Amino acid sequence: MRFLIPAALLVVLLVFLGIGLTRDPREVPSPLVGKPAPAFDLALLGEPQRYTQDDLKGRPVLVNFWASWCAGCRVEHPLLVKLAGEGVEIIGMDYKDTDEAARQWLQRHGNPYRRVVLDAQGTAGLDWGVYGVPETFVLDANGTIVYKQIGPMTEQAWTEKIRPLLQGQKS
Amino acid sequence: MSPRHWALTLLLALPMLAAAQPPAEEPPLTVQATLDAGQQERYRRLIHELRCLVCQNQTIADSNAPLAQDLRSQVERQIAEGRSDDDIRHYMTARYGDFVLYKPPVQRNTVFLWVGPFLLLLGALAIALRQLLRRRDTAAITPAAAPDPQALQKLLDEDRP
Amino acid sequence: MIPEIGHFLLIVALGVAVLQFLVPSWGVWKRDARAMAVGQSAAQVQFALVFLSYLCLTWAFVQKDFSVTYVAANSHSDLPLIYRISAVWGAHEGSLLLWMLMLSGWTGAVSVFNRRLPADITATTLAVLGAISIGFLSFMLLTSNPFDRHFPVPADGKDLNPLLQDPGLIIHPPMLYMGYVGFSVAFAFAIAALVSGRLDGAWARWTRPWTTTAWLFLTMGITLGSWWAYHELGWGGWWFWDPVENASFMPWLVGTALIHSLAVTEKRGLLKSWTVLLAIIAFSLSLLGTFLVRSGVLVSVHAFATDPARGVYILGFLAVVLGSAFSLYAWRAPKLKSEGDLAFFSREGLLLLNNVFLVVAAAAVFLGTLYPLFVDALGMGKISVGPPYFNAVFIPLTAPLAVVLGLGMAVGWKRAKFKEVVRQLRWPAALAVVLAIVLPFLWVDGNSFAVFGGVLLGCWVLLTSVHDLWGRVRAKRSLLNGLSSVPRSVWGMTMAHIGLGVWVLGVAFVSLYSVERDVRLAPGESAELHGYQYFLRGVEPVRGPNYDADRGTVEVTRDGTSITILHPEKRLYRAQQSVMTEAAVDESPIRDLYVALGEPFDNGDWSLRMYYKPAMQLVWWGGFIMFFGGILAASDRRYRLAKLAQAPVEADGKVSA
Repeated sequence: MRFLIPAALLVVLLVFLGIGLTRDPREVPSPLVGKPAPAFDLALLGEPQRYTQDDLKGRPVLVNFWASWCAGCRVEHPLLVKLAGEGVEIIGMDYKDTDEAARQWLQRHGNPYRRVVLDAQGTAGLDWGVYGVPETFVLDANGTIVYKQIGPMTEQAWTEKIRPLLQGQKS
Repeated sequence: MSPRHWALTLLLALPMLAAAQPPAEEPPLTVQATLDAGQQERYRRLIHELRCLVCQNQTIADSNAPLAQDLRSQVERQIAEGRSDDDIRHYMTARYGDFVLYKPPVQRNTVFLWVGPFLLLLGALAIALRQLLRRRDTAAITPAAAPDPQALQKLLDEDRP
Repeated sequence: MIPEIGHFLLIVALGVAVLQFLVPSWGVWKRDARAMAVGQSAAQVQFALVFLSYLCLTWAFVQKDFSVTYVAANSHSDLPLIYRISAVWGAHEGSLLLWMLMLSGWTGAVSVFNRRLPADITATTLAVLGAISIGFLSFMLLTSNPFDRHFPVPADGKDLNPLLQDPGLIIHPPMLYMGYVGFSVAFAFAIAALVSGRLDGAWARWTRPWTTTAWLFLTMGITLGSWWAYHELGWGGWWFWDPVENASFMPWLVGTALIHSLAVTEKRGLLKSWTVLLAIIAFSLSLLGTFLVRSGVLVSVHAFATDPARGVYILGFLAVVLGSAFSLYAWRAPKLKSEGDLAFFSREGLLLLNNVFLVVAAAAVFLGTLYPLFVDALGMGKISVGPPYFNAVFIPLTAPLAVVLGLGMAVGWKRAKFKEVVRQLRWPAALAVVLAIVLPFLWVDGNSFAVFGGVLLGCWVLLTSVHDLWGRVRAKRSLLNGLSSVPRSVWGMTMAHIGLGVWVLGVAFVSLYSVERDVRLAPGESAELHGYQYFLRGVEPVRGPNYDADRGTVEVTRDGTSITILHPEKRLYRAQQSVMTEAAVDESPIRDLYVALGEPFDNGDWSLRMYYKPAMQLVWWGGFIMFFGGILAASDRRYRLAKLAQAPVEADGKVSA
């Protein structure tokens, strides 16, 4: 009987390795999902007033961390512009960037953002647990984070994950 | 085995797919000049326990990625502000999850990780001891029996101490 | 044309491998001597085919044939010749071909050296190795053909990954693969023992030199890899408990256990089913390592570019090979009866303890490596398991091993008297305690409980090994006479244990007393580290064959006298536009002074990372001494004579069918 133990352990191991093949070990879920948006108080691009986490409440929004130096941001940008055209509210968090570079970039590629928050030092990025731009947080009307998209926004993520979440919010 | 940073290199070659990092133009100065000796010791230990999330598999001590630099200076600042090690670890897990800790805390999903090896040792020792003690009971002095030809036996004896 | 020939040779080799598997298997089943003998010629033909195919790929690299996809991806017209040759194993497809070359080489060696073994054992062994070849050859041909062409032909290649453009990386993978693949021979012998139902002292004696040889290559491969990481990565680390590092360390631990249990099986006819199980597990872990590196299931700094199809293939291969092996084990191992008794206080008793600690240590590494995958698969979150965990768990599991090792040196086979052993070992023990108190003060100018423990264990292993050797020599008339009377296998064992002791000393000092510092310096400024002044004299641009570098000049002085001038570099490899750090190290057995260039600042300052690393060299020396110990042990004439002695048995037809 005990001679069967190694074979049994092998079967268990193979099952786990098989499941492992279907997972992406680099995909780290954010612990912020289900929690209120972290606090921040930052300047806006081209507007005099400050912007805080409280301004994110009252309606569902996408909070998109981006930067003018970020290649992945250009990949997702057309999709963001399209979503903004459909009436989705997107708040841009301009991560570790300069006003001037951001303004030029938005002029060249179009501006999908209702507001552009300037996170020049990356402090908000740190508090939001951003580890590489672009990242997009989906917030419900209470200002609670319900989903985080790591890397460029995709058509698939939008239709399969995010839109259903937002629709659930509205109804 | 192939190289450290291998996949990182690939990611650099394919920036479209990678989560981008800001250009490393101005590395922040981390010389821990503000910390006393004991605090520097804590700083060293902590940065060797925290995982750089954008890297493949490196601590924030070993990586030069901008995020690692940010987190290092964060650790430094918080130590200088008098926060405890647990405060700092909590600060990190609140933002990045348990994934950021190379030394996973003992909790529901890591119990077996921490206890397993020692349970295994106890089990293996128990089996080995049972083997050793049981055999002694039935022990008759048997020669190191092997159906070898004599020539072999001689060779065997040759290097017995 | 040449790449097509290489591809064709691989296809033929696959056909030959199928023959090598089927015909001898049929021969063993039907007891047909001629069919069994086919294994030998098939093995040798297969080696020739794979070797020629390997030369074809090398030729494509040397000739810069960028129409071959793999060459274009891993070479460049500016790449120096030596790196064009080593680039063959620089990525997934070619390294697989190297793996296959090693496997067919080991198989060929078995077919040559095992001519005097019973025909059915040789036939089974070669059939098993043939089956493994089928797996790897078809893997290569189906998913990872290194000879694939692409059009249009690019003007130039994408260059070899700059990290691999280092002398350490030229020999590290071949050594490592020799070790990994070498365990396939012990595995094949284990299967042969299970199939034939015969497992005796002679079997253990055939298996020992093969296992030791695989082990010594693995030891060297791991040591070189560690040495390379230390010099090339710029953060002063030499072991990170990365999944891929662990993938090579697990078979090493189990292989070490196997070497020791084989000794018990040979000398005393004990632990038979356990030894067979270890032989199977050692190779299983080699295959598992292949899976981990090439499938992308774990995040590693070393991983190859991954492809799910490859992962699925290797997983299937693992299931077939290991599933059959463990099933066969479950079915046949109960028949392997050990003879005689196993006393607790005897060499075999202590060797059993050695096996317990080594295997549990390997299991702990296994658990830590795969735990994130297990937790994720169960949907229980994402966690990381890294160096702090492994150090915390591994050290308490292996420290008792060092104690047992020293005792084992003074304990004879069968049964020993405790008092007698204590009497013999009291001087080594006392000396070890004295050294553990004194040595840290001399070496690192301090002492602590941890370093005391480490040095105590290291010295204990060293002194008991030397003491044991001295005991053997002293028994003879003269020193010369005594030294020459010690068999090579004993020399090998003593060397390997001394290597371990040296290694433990090095690890204790370097991990507990390293000092590191990050500084920002302008040219002309200096910084102090552990009594040494580091002057940044300047940073100049230099142009290498395929890279541009910033080359720093750092003079290290102590009390005003110049110790050394170091040249750390920051290289930008032109083709891939990737930046590499070349650390500069002033090495000595006492301490390493290590400098790496960090990032430049806008005003011309540089950030520098400096280390003072005591006894770092002992870690490498430990590995090299173990390696040479392995060579001595594997080349003992006893093993060669044993084969001659076996010959009459075969002629009588008593053993062979």
